[in-house]
Amino acid sequence: MTIQFNDETFRGDYTFKNSGWALKRFPFPFHEDSYMYSVNMEQHKGGPAGSIYEKRFDVDEHYLSEMRDRAEVLKEDPLRCQSLPNMTLAGWDLLELIMVSKSEDYPDMFELQRKGDKWRWINKPMEIDDSFTFLDEATLPYGPMEYITRQTQGDFVVLDQRDENLWMDAGMVTTQADWSLDFDIGMNFFEWHAPVPKAHEMGIFVRALKFLLNVQQGAPARRLNWTMTVNPLLDTSPENYHKWGTQKRTVTADNIGEKQFLRVELQTFFRLPRSNALVFPIRCYLASFNDLMTVPKWGRRLHRVIRDLPEELATYKGFIDNRPMMLDYLSKFDDGKPTSNGIWPDRETEPLRD
Amino acid sequence: MSGSEKINVEVSKIIPLNNLVTRFEFKRIDGELFPTFSGGAHTIVEMKDGGIIRRNPYSLMSDPMDQHSYAISVRRDDEGRGGSLFMHNSLQVGDDMVLSYPVNLFSLDLRAKKHLMIAGGIGITPFMAQIKQLDRSQGNWELHYSARSPSLSAYADELLTMHPNNVHMYYDSENKSIDLENLLDGQPLGTHLYICGPKGMIDWAVGQAVNLGWPSEAIHYEEFLAPKPGKPFQVMLLASDKLVSVGENESLLEAIEREGVDAPYLCRGGACGQCETTVIESDGEFIHMDHWLEDEEKLSRKKIMPCVSRFDGKTLVLDR
Ligand code: HEM
Repeated sequence: MTIQFNDETFRGDYTFKNSGWALKRFPFPFHEDSYMYSVNMEQHKGGPAGSIYEKRFDVDEHYLSEMRDRAEVLKEDPLRCQSLPNMTLAGWDLLELIMVSKSEDYPDMFELQRKGDKWRWINKPMEIDDSFTFLDEATLPYGPMEYITRQTQGDFVVLDQRDENLWMDAGMVTTQADWSLDFDIGMNFFEWHAPVPKAHEMGIFVRALKFLLNVQQGAPARRLNWTMTVNPLLDTSPENYHKWGTQKRTVTADNIGEKQFLRVELQTFFRLPRSNALVFPIRCYLASFNDLMTVPKWGRRLHRVIRDLPEELATYKGFIDNRPMMLDYLSKFDDGKPTSNGIWPDRETEPLRD
Repeated sequence: MSGSEKINVEVSKIIPLNNLVTRFEFKRIDGELFPTFSGGAHTIVEMKDGGIIRRNPYSLMSDPMDQHSYAISVRRDDEGRGGSLFMHNSLQVGDDMVLSYPVNLFSLDLRAKKHLMIAGGIGITPFMAQIKQLDRSQGNWELHYSARSPSLSAYADELLTMHPNNVHMYYDSENKSIDLENLLDGQPLGTHLYICGPKGMIDWAVGQAVNLGWPSEAIHYEEFLAPKPGKPFQVMLLASDKLVSVGENESLLEAIEREGVDAPYLCRGGACGQCETTVIESDGEFIHMDHWLEDEEKLSRKKIMPCVSRFDGKTLVLDR
């Protein structure tokens, strides 16, 4: 197998760590030195070789550990995975989409054999080899959505489309940036986005919804979103705020480089064929400030973005209290030099440390 | 490119069903499988009709699970602009064509406890696929299908044979029509209503349901407006700096495309909103035909849906 999987934790002793490879392909989310909400959507049709955009569902070195973490979260709180009765067909759509994509994109790790509705799925990294009947729930250990998303990195929200809106009627959500599936289930696009500052007034959600309602089969789309997390914690849920909220106060000038993580979400949008539902995978990538600062362009840029970010956004993203400390740290990596456009590290001029 | 992803196909079967309706089946040229789709989806069929490329939407009516072929049924419209005439008169088995990926603007609401379907004439087509989808999941459905006469009721025999208890036929020739008021009144809570047919039928059925207090979320309908022929007119495309003449038998969108200007579209039937275009200047009368723009938008003279709407007057300048 081409990927060496890490054995690491996202809780307790936090042994999560990015290799040089993972850092090189980290989706740094700022294409310029400032940030504001926008309808930042593009086609999800591959990307540079080795980048996180290349495959439909990216698999990386954190795969097995993330799946272990998901199983832990579900054991403590089964409501992180819910599917209203109208969404079962969409669950099968999702299972099919992921199995077909992964077996085509990573044939060395995943294999799908189909004879009519008799399917066999082999997931080598997770040592799974299951045979089942497509569209027959009784032949799988979980519902179709839960079955496949226990084997796929990232959160998944499955939206029913009706009345010119999208409805959050199913999901597997264990790596979220402080929102709750159990709270949002059954809500529509405007209802679950209600807490977001500024974007409503800017007309972003009206335009974004229009775009999403028209996402077509065979033409997926994507965007990036980001926030900040203290410690490499995947499960920053409102349900567990009492556990992780207090960790924000453990950051000091001495440990901020290793404790403070930039959290980037690769969000993709796929139309599901049999149900006409939409699936919204939210894949979370974490990188510590220390690691990010090894790329000079990212150091300069992150400082400028965090410094100039409107207060409402820093508050909503939950780091307003720690912002001064972040800026003290980040300013040391900003020599004031100009930065190039785009999200990629300047590979030619600024070789990465491996 | 505008529209959705494309599939290259060849015509594999042409089956006349009655005097007006013909069924066309397609196979992929690359030998791959077709994408599955959801009942109610349509495909845009590209036709090379002489010098014009026509793109007309037709409901997919094959089994959504059958990935080996797609089928549509086309009613010949002798007064139309020619798309259906081209399909009926010129197309041969073996001809190459281009279809779009399926797009669904008329999908089933899978929360429904029961699906009540009202079809008029060729409006039967999306229900053919929806019924196959529902049968597979043991869905609860009932179809009320009205047609001019038994000889002009495509698929009625097949439906009656396979589903004698779910299908009810009504023929104008026998003076039978759907007793909608009683039908709607007797439905269990959680029933959803689906209507596909001519405009008059949709307005009538939606109106009845609304009067009886049906919630709008439970009423679904689809009317594909075939673009109507009309008086030729001229349009200035400001962004592309082109003056374009729109002929009698082509739509404004087709004329824009003929000039090599890439304009967005999806349904080409006035329903999806993709081709909405801003009007910069106008002196004349808009002939709005779409279901998309609100009445006040139509009155504002600032928007037009070029897939079905036209213009009659001296000047029309579009931001395209
Ligand atoms: C259907 C797909 C989508 C789902 C399920 C979704 C879900 C969410 C959720 C649950 C939140 C957190 C709200 C809270 O604080 O409780 C959020 C935030 C947000 N969403 Fe979406 N969203 C979707 C699509 C989009 C799109 C297409 C945009 C495009 C602009 C967008 C823009 C935003 C923004 C700007 C935020 C605030 C994020 C931040 O500052 O960290 N969303 N979304």
